[in-house]
Amino acid sequence: MASINQALLDLKRLDQLAAGGTVLHRLDPRAKVLATLVFIVSVVSFGRYELSGLIPFLCFPAFLIALGQLPARYLIAKVALVCPFAVAVGMFNPLFDQGVLVQLGPLGITGGWISFASIVLRSALTVAAALALTALTGFPALCSALERLGMPRAFAMQLLFLYRYLFVLTEEGGRASRARELRSLGGSGDGLKSHASLLGHLLLRTWRRAERMHMAMLARGFSGALPGGEGSRFGAPELLFLFFWSALCITLRLNNAPRLLGALVTGQLP
Amino acid sequence: MSSHILEIEHLRHAYPDGTEALRDVSLRIAHGESVAIIGANGAGKSTLLSHLNGYLLPSSGVVRVGRLAVGKGTLLEVRRTVGMVFHDPDDQLFMPTVYEDVAFGPANLGITGQDLERCVTGALERVDAAHLAHKAPYRLSAGEKRRVAIATVLSMSPDILVMDEPTNGLDPFARRQLIGLLKEFRHSKVITSHDLDMVLELCERTVVLSGGEVRADGPTLEIFRDEALLRECRLEKPLSMQGCPVCGERRR
Repeated sequence: MASINQALLDLKRLDQLAAGGTVLHRLDPRAKVLATLVFIVSVVSFGRYELSGLIPFLCFPAFLIALGQLPARYLIAKVALVCPFAVAVGMFNPLFDQGVLVQLGPLGITGGWISFASIVLRSALTVAAALALTALTGFPALCSALERLGMPRAFAMQLLFLYRYLFVLTEEGGRASRARELRSLGGSGDGLKSHASLLGHLLLRTWRRAERMHMAMLARGFSGALPGGEGSRFGAPELLFLFFWSALCITLRLNNAPRLLGALVTGQLP
Repeated sequence: MSSHILEIEHLRHAYPDGTEALRDVSLRIAHGESVAIIGANGAGKSTLLSHLNGYLLPSSGVVRVGRLAVGKGTLLEVRRTVGMVFHDPDDQLFMPTVYEDVAFGPANLGITGQDLERCVTGALERVDAAHLAHKAPYRLSAGEKRRVAIATVLSMSPDILVMDEPTNGLDPFARRQLIGLLKEFRHSKVITSHDLDMVLELCERTVVLSGGEVRADGPTLEIFRDEALLRECRLEKPLSMQGCPVCGERRR
């Protein structure tokens, strides 16, 4: 459970970062959400053997981290945490796809390895951008931005509650699990069976908490919609930010910048 | 001022599984009164409280707030009049920040702009929590959570405050602070608690529930002096009324 508690602390840190006051923090969340969306779509839509074309995209998360004064090492560690999933997705590519695509002197690099590297790089890029976005905006502001962009209100509310009660639930789960561990005295403590029962209890308790919360909301006149805060304005800086990054992402998606640069240097423009 | 009066007549409530939580409870709480509702676990305290703002509706009998009988048509007005502070503040603080949480009630009442801001800061100042406004609820200590939970209700300017175990889980300092705070309120108050010392300080009148019925109803001191009654209802005297463990001397 220590690791879960640790993860929770990290989430709180992400929230703290959102309280910063840089230019990027002050931008309307909608601009940041849209720009990140364009970025993610551009990155994900590359072909499976594309590697060089992805590299320039590193500039977007790097820009957010640098200008937003985010702790780079902390965010990179978070990205590294997600990498094993990407590795698991791509790990069989080198085995199945043995056709040599690139010949570097005596070393032939197969398509499998390239597509594997492409998957890992793509996931690192998208996760880094999403994390930087959250650290610059804060989860609640992100939800309200999504809602103002047209996401159904019920979803936004669900996300907000998920975020608020994640902390309560994990603390509750952590306590229950610690109690189980203490009484299993280093043994397996009835193994899967006790875990299943623990989860069941947690579910029931969550259910009852949801009922009490609903009661608390009704008691204060809740009628189906959360009162929205006063939204920030979508002005010139937002437009500039959104336009610049969308244009750059789309240009980089349509043209392979490293190849163009290489061609320019070697004087072999097509 | 009639909305400060709370009347309960022959209230019965049975849960869907057949458990009869309340049988024939009648009470009248007048304007400005501070009333404690005490009883053993399962005596029906929480069920009774849930009726006061219409979260549960009576199986039979009637609950009246001022001139309004609590029912589906009067819920909004009743809920504005009766402010309910829950047992677990985590159930009550569900918005991203303290400020938004305190603003939730008044915003639902249609208050906006500067009025809303004044209302929220006023409520936070009353519970000495203005400095917490922009914190997330999960960053607060138990005492702070409790005070903020009270502010969320105060911001709706209720006439009657209903509180479920307000001192539960607080350290002595936070408890003392809360008691001081509650003493200042002019509202009619209905408080359930197992903290009988707090009851002794805050409430001039006490209602003892047992098995879903009103077992006794009278001045707090009188009830706490009746040892037979307390024992029968699985209660005991507040510590401050028991003999001193060192010298054996009784204070009251």
